[in-house]
Amino acid sequence: MGIDTARGPNNAPEGHRLSRTEAPAGIAPGQEVSGAEALIWALVEEGVEVVFGYPGGAIMPVYDALYRIGRPRHVLVRHEQGAAHMAEGYARASGRVGVCMATSGPGATNLVTGLASAHMDSVPVLAITGQVATSAIGRDAFQEADVCGVTMPITKHNYSVRRACDIPSVVHEAIYIARTGRPGPVLIDLPKDVANERVRWMPYPPPLDLPGYRPTTAGHPRQIEAAARLVEESRRPLLYVGGGVVTAGAGELVVELAERAQIPVVMTLMGLGAVPGRHPLSLGMLGMHGAAWANYAVQHADLLIAVGARFDDRVTGDVTRFAPGARKIHIDVDPAEIGKNVAVDVPIVGDARRVLEELIPLVAPAGHDAWLEQIRTWQDEYPLLYERTPGVVAPQDVVVALDTLTAGEAVVVTDVGQHQMWVAQFYRFQAPRLQITSGGLGAMGFGLPAAIGARLAVPDRPVVAVVGDGGFLMTVQELAVAAQLQLPLPIVVINNGALGMVRQWQEIFYEGRYAESLLPPGPDLVAIARGFGVPGRRVDRPEEMTAALAEALAAPGPYVLDVVVDPSALVLPMVPPGRAIDEMTGVKGRVE
Amino acid sequence: MRRVLAVLVRNQPGVMTRVSALFSRRGFNIQSVAVGATDDPALARMTLVLDEDEPGVEQVTKQLHKLVDVIKVSDITDDEPIERELVLVRLAADASRRLEAAQMAQLVGARLVDVGEESVTVELTGPTADVEAALRILRAFGFKELVRSGTVAMARPGRVARTAGPAGGVPPSKLASEGVRVI
Repeated sequence: MGIDTARGPNNAPEGHRLSRTEAPAGIAPGQEVSGAEALIWALVEEGVEVVFGYPGGAIMPVYDALYRIGRPRHVLVRHEQGAAHMAEGYARASGRVGVCMATSGPGATNLVTGLASAHMDSVPVLAITGQVATSAIGRDAFQEADVCGVTMPITKHNYSVRRACDIPSVVHEAIYIARTGRPGPVLIDLPKDVANERVRWMPYPPPLDLPGYRPTTAGHPRQIEAAARLVEESRRPLLYVGGGVVTAGAGELVVELAERAQIPVVMTLMGLGAVPGRHPLSLGMLGMHGAAWANYAVQHADLLIAVGARFDDRVTGDVTRFAPGARKIHIDVDPAEIGKNVAVDVPIVGDARRVLEELIPLVAPAGHDAWLEQIRTWQDEYPLLYERTPGVVAPQDVVVALDTLTAGEAVVVTDVGQHQMWVAQFYRFQAPRLQITSGGLGAMGFGLPAAIGARLAVPDRPVVAVVGDGGFLMTVQELAVAAQLQLPLPIVVINNGALGMVRQWQEIFYEGRYAESLLPPGPDLVAIARGFGVPGRRVDRPEEMTAALAEALAAPGPYVLDVVVDPSALVLPMVPPGRAIDEMTGVKGRVE
Repeated sequence: MRRVLAVLVRNQPGVMTRVSALFSRRGFNIQSVAVGATDDPALARMTLVLDEDEPGVEQVTKQLHKLVDVIKVSDITDDEPIERELVLVRLAADASRRLEAAQMAQLVGARLVDVGEESVTVELTGPTADVEAALRILRAFGFKELVRSGTVAMARPGRVARTAGPAGGVPPSKLASEGVRVI
């Protein structure tokens, strides 16, 4: 994607281009600029190509600077939550820092859900918020909110800028902090008078001044040796791979280690794609809705090699009975994750890529035929199955069809709920960064805007949004962005007329009392899409579903495919809360 | 178990909030916090007294380390640190008991700092346990007001405070050579 909007492959229609009054030029040291211009130039210097945002009073100097400088490209969202989710989708698909921008007060507070999501999933996002003038701060001024205070627990770091001369170094530091170590969101709060203050531009980049921030990326050699010994001693080793592997770009190294010592691999929701889903050593997802064989493998392993995973409760079930017979190696770039939930035998703090590079040569090639044979037996005995009701679309079939049509090679962005788990179970992601979902926070409304962000990040790869009817309506206004930019983006709504996961829990744990989880019929999603200028189609017959999906995938712009599915379908297997992960319900399904 | 942490932070607005928010968010049990600038105005030093067992303490130090403004975290509990707490206490003592109160204060090692119509204000400094012993005796007079500073602590010279750094075994930072004084 070009920096210049006129050169981008996903151009806005003519009338929506960011028009410029003068040709863009570089900036030279010594030149006088406003704080807002310094901010924009710093973003340009950092290589930021796109900013998702929404203007307002306190951020207007920044928008004025953006208008005059003419870059980075700005995408006008329809709600600030969309901006934060788009920035996350952009970051996750591209591996670069996603940038979002909002005004003070309500603009900034609307970013909160997206920032919390990025924080939980360790995604590098830079948020820039306007703030009331420093003279008004603390006086409950119009559109004032203590944004640094509000976002402190959900950002990796944040800045309240008080002098325009600090802006370039704050931007440089913020982006550095966001993308290094364990990545995460960083927020810069910029008061309006600071944005207007005049300063002289200094050579870029300014030196980093972060005495308290030195992420450890190289693993301790003796610990790596100890890990290699454990691998060699083990008879039933298992790799447990999380999102940290995707972040570190270490997927290929995990495959190399797995193949070298014939170690099967289970993945967390965030780790899906780290090892190709069709790889013979891939066992898919573990945990609450993991495949039975994956969970059995965890519980019978004698060595668990956790890489970039954090032993989340959705993965471990009853943590005291998680992988009871396994010694544990934990590789993570964040030292605070090691020993937080589970005691480990060999802790290794470091970047997954660097640690695996050191570890692999120390591990002798090995075979674990008996262990792999055992797992294959479980795969035959306890397959992932689901029920089909004649005449009704099984939601899992939609995912299977999507997997087949795209060969597991599309970027699939999901919202939160049952469809999210069905995608995790049945879409066999063939590469890292293909699966994008709000894993840790589980924010409904994430899917559509994150897919737009991903679509802009990787224009040469198919991107599909799979959303539920509940979550789709939470951020449906971002369809306007997809329409405005004419983004090729099929949006597949798994429509069961319910908040499916809530309904599922109510069915299992609340004796079928579906309190406020059944959505009334409608609205007509195809009509809504049409209102945004987006074509769409509703399909409710199994025999039409695959063709309709193919049609949606082939659409040149955004397309809403509203698939009416079996409302009684459940996500199975399922580990009830408080149980060990091999105490699943619904393991043996049945195919009609 | 009681642990004493010495935390070197950047002397900037909001750092206290970050640290205290971390404690409340993660559910750590904190007994006392005392903060003040160091002889380098860019740095501040916090003394944290926690009531946490392992692995809680390890988790506290690791989480503190993640804060960008935190430069160094040292668990000095096992280094027999020099600990002091300052207490100002206003004893209820009218003219008839004023002398008695002043004498008693002197006996328990307190210093007289103010005398009023109905009260005597004294200052106590010492390790928390000593201060509390003295307070138990002075309580006989009745307290009108009491202020405690929280504990400040310093490792004894010649002892090396263990840096609770990223994952056991990672060497302490090169702070000293970078011109940052290790306190």
